[in-house]
Amino acid sequence: MSSDVIDLAGAADVRAANRRLQGRQGAVAGGRFEVLNPGGAHALAAGLMDDVEVVIRGPVGYYCAGMNKNATVRIEGAAGVGLAENIMSGEVRVTGNASQSAGASGHGGLVVIEGDAASRCGISMKGVDIVVGGSVGHNSAFMAQAGRLVICGDAEDGLGDSIYEAQIFLRGAAKGLGADCVEKEMRPEHEVQLAELLARAGIDLPASAFRRYGSARSLYNFKVDNIGAY
Amino acid sequence: MTMDTSHLRESALFDRATIHEIQRAASEGIYRIRGFGAKRRVPHFDDLVFLGASVSRYPLEGYREACGTDVTLGTRHAEKPLEIDIPITIAGMSFGSLSAQAKEALGRGASAVGTSTTTGDGGMTQEERGHSTKLVYQYLPSRYGMNPDDLRKADAIEVVVGQGAKPGGGGMLLGHKISDRVAEMRTLPKDIDQRSACRHPDWTGPDDLEIKIRELREITDWRVPIYVKVGATRTYYDTMLAVKSGADVIVVDGMQGGTGATQDCFIEHVGIPTLPAVRLAAEALQELNLHRTGVQLIVSGGIRSGADVAKAIALGADAVSIGSAALIALGDNRPDLAEEYAKLGTAPGFYEDWQAGADPAGITTQDPELAKRLDPETAGKRLANYLRVLTLEAQTLARACGKSHLHNLEPEDLQALTIEAAAMAKVPLAGTDWIPGRL
Repeated sequence: MSSDVIDLAGAADVRAANRRLQGRQGAVAGGRFEVLNPGGAHALAAGLMDDVEVVIRGPVGYYCAGMNKNATVRIEGAAGVGLAENIMSGEVRVTGNASQSAGASGHGGLVVIEGDAASRCGISMKGVDIVVGGSVGHNSAFMAQAGRLVICGDAEDGLGDSIYEAQIFLRGAAKGLGADCVEKEMRPEHEVQLAELLARAGIDLPASAFRRYGSARSLYNFKVDNIGAY
Repeated sequence: MTMDTSHLRESALFDRATIHEIQRAASEGIYRIRGFGAKRRVPHFDDLVFLGASVSRYPLEGYREACGTDVTLGTRHAEKPLEIDIPITIAGMSFGSLSAQAKEALGRGASAVGTSTTTGDGGMTQEERGHSTKLVYQYLPSRYGMNPDDLRKADAIEVVVGQGAKPGGGGMLLGHKISDRVAEMRTLPKDIDQRSACRHPDWTGPDDLEIKIRELREITDWRVPIYVKVGATRTYYDTMLAVKSGADVIVVDGMQGGTGATQDCFIEHVGIPTLPAVRLAAEALQELNLHRTGVQLIVSGGIRSGADVAKAIALGADAVSIGSAALIALGDNRPDLAEEYAKLGTAPGFYEDWQAGADPAGITTQDPELAKRLDPETAGKRLANYLRVLTLEAQTLARACGKSHLHNLEPEDLQALTIEAAAMAKVPLAGTDWIPGRL
């Protein structure tokens, strides 16, 4: 099946591209699109609502695929700040590295970063699954509420700081855990879930190679005894 | 026998409330969290007076000649600016902090007089969208309940950087107000003390904010206005930077602005009063040649009367926003609830425990039994009445100054009763031409 081509080096600008991809110029559900020469453009393929497939050939700037629903977006290159922020459903994949706050506040769907992710990956995540092929920067999964962050490499300091009910699966080492984040038992059901998630992300690693982290739930309520932790 | 207390002299420094707070802190070991806004006196609009018409000024007839009150918000970039009939809007207050009935009542009251209401932390409820003809969707650091479908349903978007009661601080919703519905909307467990982030998760600084605003416009197809709300601190620079970032409307919330739950020390000691904030924001817009022409200014924090509305507008606001006063209009702190307030250790006129969820008026609660005490229709009518009164009062003052539209009020119409107010508002001390700080 052929793709519609949107060339940002040509007549189309980001607004025109987004209007096309958002279906504001006619139905796009089930459609396939190829975006050429993105040149680090911001907010590209953001706010998509339908089950379209978009391949972006090159690097993108801030907030690529932000707040998307249903769409599948593949970025062949690196992504700037806030990749797939507040994603509701669908899938976003970046073949390179992602800058800070990837998947921030995502409510659903799957975000795959084949390279490394910078700081605050999965910050405030609310149900999204994020799989990072490489390592993540500091304060990843900060105040993460729900969903799963899978890190195939290492994590910088402050992993899972003030985490709520999200789960972190880490294959490498964490330089340090944030407040209220603790290692938890990796039970068989977690290995099954993780194996399924890794398969969806196309990453060939055994679930048994990962450790699980989550909230100790000791800071869920304000208590005098916790004052040293705040 | 009643004890003779005439010899007892209360300390100005250690008054009874201060002593009580020291005793409470020593007993409980944790800071006081409460609702409402700053309680101590700071220079405010009460410290200004209008110069009515005189030999050199010609007034308008009170019951005959028109005085316009309409405002258009978001004329800079939005394809569909928000048009409101009166320059008084309802500030953002969350479902969670407020009951669903209270949110519905706010929508009903605001819609009845052609103005807007605003969501809050936790997202948009059907009750408020359904009953608000003009609804502003807040985009907050926590992103609780943030949904692009709701974003696209909004008539405007307000990017919240801070609020007057706690500039630099995040919000909180204590566990006893986390109902099943609130927990589900915020994707958090029940009964925990929810902290709302103080920083946005995916942008820092004005350069990022510019890109964030562009993203919001892309998602909403450049249709609706985008506001930026800041707590009043470095107001001149914040206004400049928000404009540079592409905001259509600047919302400045002074330190008297209300809150559902914040540390008392934060409420009383962070931020600057509304009085200098409105002047500083207006000066920034004037310097950019955008005042009254390109970027609109909404001011909040301690607006109670039509006089406050008119004075804020005279100092440069295009509209004001009310929160605490709107809740009082709905029925908060009502005298007929005195017995119930007494059970909570307080009294009408003093109830500030909006964080506690035990509000006998059914407004700041998630308890279904308490919440159903508030009839949204009746409460909405009370709010509409109050908004009409504010508007009539502001018109009355504007006509007395000879103005055919509230926006024609200007600083020249005002003088100050105190040196502090003169310095902050940059209007002359009454009876003089002296503005402290000006040569």
